[in-house]
Amino acid sequence: MSALFLARLQFAFTICFHFLFPAMTLGTALIILISESLYLIKKDEAYKKITDFLVKLLGLIFVVGAATGIVMEFSFGTNWSGYSRAVGDIFGPILAAEGVIAFFLESVFLGVLLYGRGKTSPGVYWLSALLVFIGGHLSAFWIVVANSWMQTPAGYVIGESGKIILGNFADAVFNPSTVVRYVHTILASWVTSAVMVAGIAGYYVRKGLHGQTARTMLKVGIILFALTPLLQLGAGHAHAVKVINMQPEKAAAMEGHFNTMKGAPIYALGYVDVENQKTYGIYIPRGLSFLYNFDWNSEIKGLNDYPREDWPPVNFVFQVYHIMVGAGALMIALGLLGAYLLWRGKLYENRKYLFILPFLIPLPHIAHETGWIAAEVGRQPWIIYKLMKTSQSASVVVSAGEITFSLVMFALIYLLLAVIFLKIFIKIVQKGPAA
Amino acid sequence: MEYIQNYQTLWFFLILILFIGYSVLDGFDLGIGALLPFLGKSREEKDILINSIGPVWDGNEVWLITGGGALFAAFPHAYATAFSGFYLAMMLVLFALIFRAVSMEFRAYDEPRALIWEKAFIAGSALATVLFGVALGNVIYGVPLDDQMEFTGNFFTLLRPVPLLFGITGLAAVLLQGATYAVMKTEGELQKRSFRAVGILTVVNIVTAVIYFFTLVVTFDDMVTNWVFYLGVLFTMLWLSAIFFSVRHQNESAPFWESSFALMGLWLVAAAVHFPNLIKADNDPLLSLTIYNSSTGLQTLKVMSVIALVGMPMVLAYTIFVYRIFKGKAKASMHY
Repeated sequence: MSALFLARLQFAFTICFHFLFPAMTLGTALIILISESLYLIKKDEAYKKITDFLVKLLGLIFVVGAATGIVMEFSFGTNWSGYSRAVGDIFGPILAAEGVIAFFLESVFLGVLLYGRGKTSPGVYWLSALLVFIGGHLSAFWIVVANSWMQTPAGYVIGESGKIILGNFADAVFNPSTVVRYVHTILASWVTSAVMVAGIAGYYVRKGLHGQTARTMLKVGIILFALTPLLQLGAGHAHAVKVINMQPEKAAAMEGHFNTMKGAPIYALGYVDVENQKTYGIYIPRGLSFLYNFDWNSEIKGLNDYPREDWPPVNFVFQVYHIMVGAGALMIALGLLGAYLLWRGKLYENRKYLFILPFLIPLPHIAHETGWIAAEVGRQPWIIYKLMKTSQSASVVVSAGEITFSLVMFALIYLLLAVIFLKIFIKIVQKGPAA
Repeated sequence: MEYIQNYQTLWFFLILILFIGYSVLDGFDLGIGALLPFLGKSREEKDILINSIGPVWDGNEVWLITGGGALFAAFPHAYATAFSGFYLAMMLVLFALIFRAVSMEFRAYDEPRALIWEKAFIAGSALATVLFGVALGNVIYGVPLDDQMEFTGNFFTLLRPVPLLFGITGLAAVLLQGATYAVMKTEGELQKRSFRAVGILTVVNIVTAVIYFFTLVVTFDDMVTNWVFYLGVLFTMLWLSAIFFSVRHQNESAPFWESSFALMGLWLVAAAVHFPNLIKADNDPLLSLTIYNSSTGLQTLKVMSVIALVGMPMVLAYTIFVYRIFKGKAKASMHY
């Protein structure tokens, strides 16, 4: 295997593993902020117990996220030095800004959340919850900016030697896809934690554990579980339209759409035969055109408008994208069902629904991972869309053997982390909120 | 042309400040980690030591993340050359940092393997510290580079005596940071033991620092006339000596500050030797990566300067605020 392929494999593996954790961090910080705010307003001890319980989980999630996050920062230098040399002018300041403006805030005040209960006033404690929430969401903002710039580069000029240099920083930061991708990513993380909290609380309620605290936690979880996937439907739609506009070949690959046409169909499930340029499966005629701009006859560009060597792996992108959409649809349905049960006052007694809830915890992870994979693989062969190819960006001096060694080590270490993380996660859940 | 050079110089010093911030702050928690088996004799004492850094080590490590980001943003060629060139060493740094980070949390919850996680914490702390010093030693001492700015040596190129000396000097300094921090945060027997460790480590530091200074004078011929070098030497030795007096007077918090200042002196010496180089080429000085041939454009440096000069004072302000919340002695049962 070539060094380039191994470097890509290592990046894919380490980023997919890393992203599981920030995806839980942000939404958990939101729920902690909600529950600590309600505690201050209502003075109900149940909320305090929920906060303290979730803070324990957050501490565990955060530490694995931070440990695996440093790997990502290093990797631009270690494995992608060609990329770093080419885009240091724009990518560098975005990563540095993440540290200065966001990650310091999140990390420093997380210390207060973890160890500060009783050492500070309730006001300062609440403020720490707010700042961890803000810091985390700012942090995500800068990371999404960095990625969005690779998808839809802006604010740059090409210098004399052909080097990419910074033109306007604000344009680079608020490039055309930043805002929509940020909203989509944040909501994905909120859904992830909503399902996590609802799943844990559902288990408690079904087992009759932790009384009122568990029911309050379930209520908060279910309300968010009903709301966030619905909001995500809107955000996901806006994002899809953006991709059709800005990266039409990626959109065409996601939909398995070869020929530019008016009234393009949309597939719910299927298989793409790239050789014969055919997509098989269940489809809605003219559906894609309708969803694109609510006109059944609007024109959608197909892959054949673009050189074959610039296509991503079409069937793969199609499949991962459709897994994301399917998982999203399932979550919308189950979230609304939960809200309906809550509204009718049957939620705490519906044992079937409560039984299912904990098993849903992996579902948002599947959705956000496949969504990211579709976005990143769909951009190939470009590392920066239409500016730089992935094949030009790997480190020159790092050999295939060296990457094989590091990849095997990461695989072993991350497997260990995953096992111990799950063990401790389950242990904290079994102990539950202090009675 | 003069204009961009001002920014390049500014960024050399801002990154130096970030690295100093990292070595002073994360230095004491790395030091606590590496000293854990020597200072903590019981499970309870080890809990106290780990709890003394529990609320703050996360924030301390961000100094590394931000320093790395700043190096990437200001001098991407130095970032690219060092990180890809020192690939296996960097991977070892990462493995050490990963184990160190998770082991504190895992140790508290994963009872059956608590001792294994404790060892991972100790080993990760010590290994990361030594490797940082060795990496710094290599870029200062010089490594073979080609005309594409790429490193042409291998893993064993990194393990030459002078860079290894940087690793040992750095480890000694970080151990002193840890021991002086332990003196400040503990009481009773544990504090007495920490005081003794500070005494021994101060002697060790004086020895390593003298060897470090002497080696630099011998290795770099223009040191004799470099007044910043002498300033750094004087600064380091004065603060190291001051630790003896503070220990004699059983002063709990002064040794930590004195150790921190001595560490800054070591950095000042390194900067005096190194400026304006970023990665010295030992095969041909003309191939060296300097702040002038490795930096990003003027626009990036300007934007970065605004971000740093607005952002870092705020970071300092709330970091101090949070340290004040956790001032006082650490307890064994603080874990949330």
